[in-house]
Amino acid sequence: MPTQNIQNMTLCALKQGMSEKEFTSLEVIETLLTRISDHGGSLNAFITITAEHAITEAKNADKLMAVGKNKPLLGLPLAHKDLFCTDGILTSCASKMLHNFIPPYDATVVKNLKASGAIMLGKTNMDEFAMGSSNETSYYGSVKNPWNLELSPGGSSGGSASAVAACLVPAATGTDTGGSIRQPAALTGITGIKPTYGRVSRFGMIAFASSLDQGGVFARSVEDAALLLGEMAGFDENDSTSVDVPVPDYLGSINQSIKGLKIGLVRQHFDAGLDDNNAKAVREALEVLEDQGAEIIEIDLPNIELSVPTYYVVASAECSSNLSRYDGVRFGYRAENYKDLNEFYCKTRGEGFGAEVKRRIMTGTYVLSAGYYDAYYLKAQKVRQLISQDFKNAFAKVDLIAGPTTPSPAFALGAKMDDPIEMYLNDIYTIGANLAGLPGMSIPCGFVNDLPVGLQLVGKHFGEESLLQCGHRYQQKTDWHTRVPERFK
Amino acid sequence: MDIREDEIQDVVEKLSSIVEFVDQLQAVTTDGTEPMAHPLAQGQRLRIDEITEYNERDKIQLNAKNINKGMYLVPKVID
Repeated sequence: MPTQNIQNMTLCALKQGMSEKEFTSLEVIETLLTRISDHGGSLNAFITITAEHAITEAKNADKLMAVGKNKPLLGLPLAHKDLFCTDGILTSCASKMLHNFIPPYDATVVKNLKASGAIMLGKTNMDEFAMGSSNETSYYGSVKNPWNLELSPGGSSGGSASAVAACLVPAATGTDTGGSIRQPAALTGITGIKPTYGRVSRFGMIAFASSLDQGGVFARSVEDAALLLGEMAGFDENDSTSVDVPVPDYLGSINQSIKGLKIGLVRQHFDAGLDDNNAKAVREALEVLEDQGAEIIEIDLPNIELSVPTYYVVASAECSSNLSRYDGVRFGYRAENYKDLNEFYCKTRGEGFGAEVKRRIMTGTYVLSAGYYDAYYLKAQKVRQLISQDFKNAFAKVDLIAGPTTPSPAFALGAKMDDPIEMYLNDIYTIGANLAGLPGMSIPCGFVNDLPVGLQLVGKHFGEESLLQCGHRYQQKTDWHTRVPERFK
Repeated sequence: MDIREDEIQDVVEKLSSIVEFVDQLQAVTTDGTEPMAHPLAQGQRLRIDEITEYNERDKIQLNAKNINKGMYLVPKVID
């Protein structure tokens, strides 16, 4: 097998190729490391490349395979968002505040994937502390979209999305607090899944908004996403919000028919604000699913428009609380010059955090303050209940909800940086699933102005199997997910 | 948290627009609605009170800028 084909292969294809001895894990890893070194710079997708570690692990994997040992992900490459703690390896969260932070342990997600045999090629760039929708708030500079280097790949998991879309790595982890997996997956033309809240452990995942954050994956096929999710998910006693529900065999059940599956189409998603061509791509995708036996039913989520303001109160409140730990005392950035302890804290935080993070900390502190708590935070928690109830009512009628992932295809770097509200509204279709804790997935469903757009599927709590089956069925009938940007072929 | 003099105007403008944006929640009728604190309405899981972690102070303190005999040093607080 010529090594130039390795870059385009899915995890499942690489796994098969290795088991049939067409190539070794070392050949795979070396091919991709070369690609990362050739193309990684133009995309700025990685913060750290762990080449030496990857080569050692690949040699070990090849030895194990030679003696007939096997594990679900043995010898397969992936990258981790630089928000998952990795033992002994820089974990910066793309912030100056953690530019020097070397975790003393692995996040459970990292540990689980390692135990399944996966090999980490590096840590990917992201918005600072996952706060952003364009990957422009990173201390390490913005990530570029492989479809057009002047455009944003979306955020906050922009580095993971960009690396997978450009075939630098077949899969990567990400986290999704308001759309940070699904939005970049849509804008770069790949598959991204955010599981149910509690499905994947948050232990060792640097916290932004604890009641919304959830780890997930990026891949170039739904099948690969199923394989990875099955290995990273599961109960973890180190995470008090982890849920003890058995993990189904996502990959094993992926071929199940979608005949009779009831898919809800949200009327409110097609109101003003959605690009006409984007809407057309989504409707065409639903026709494909209809041809496969699914039934499309129009539904309402009456309060969905309130999801963005609700999110910015709840997420900012939780962020201001979570980020109070960064004080320069025990780890992370520490200011150089200070007169006393108070100035030490103020300067450390003032110099260590970027503008967007500071804005969210201040918003959060404001909505939690004594005089405004009821008016903002408590109010938002009540509206969150209403939005969640809307989803419950909808799921009494349908099995899945489908719609656009984003209002439009990728936007230019810099285009929305001066207007936080416009940036926030990019997540209008994705935030609802986080507020209600539901699983959501974006799969590529066409192109608008030569740029990929995504179809979002949202399922019931712990309904990942339905999402994956539906997405896989769609990918059996379409080839959008196999498209690769010209420059990275 | 310090904000530089030259950042203040930008911070004020953007924070004001955010507060104005989230103000639309005030118009929503939420009488009788319970606030939602957890997406799965779960209670807190408890564990048995036993030691599960061991002292890794030296490894953990590799991340600290200024330590002495296992203690973190900060500017003097009490004269």
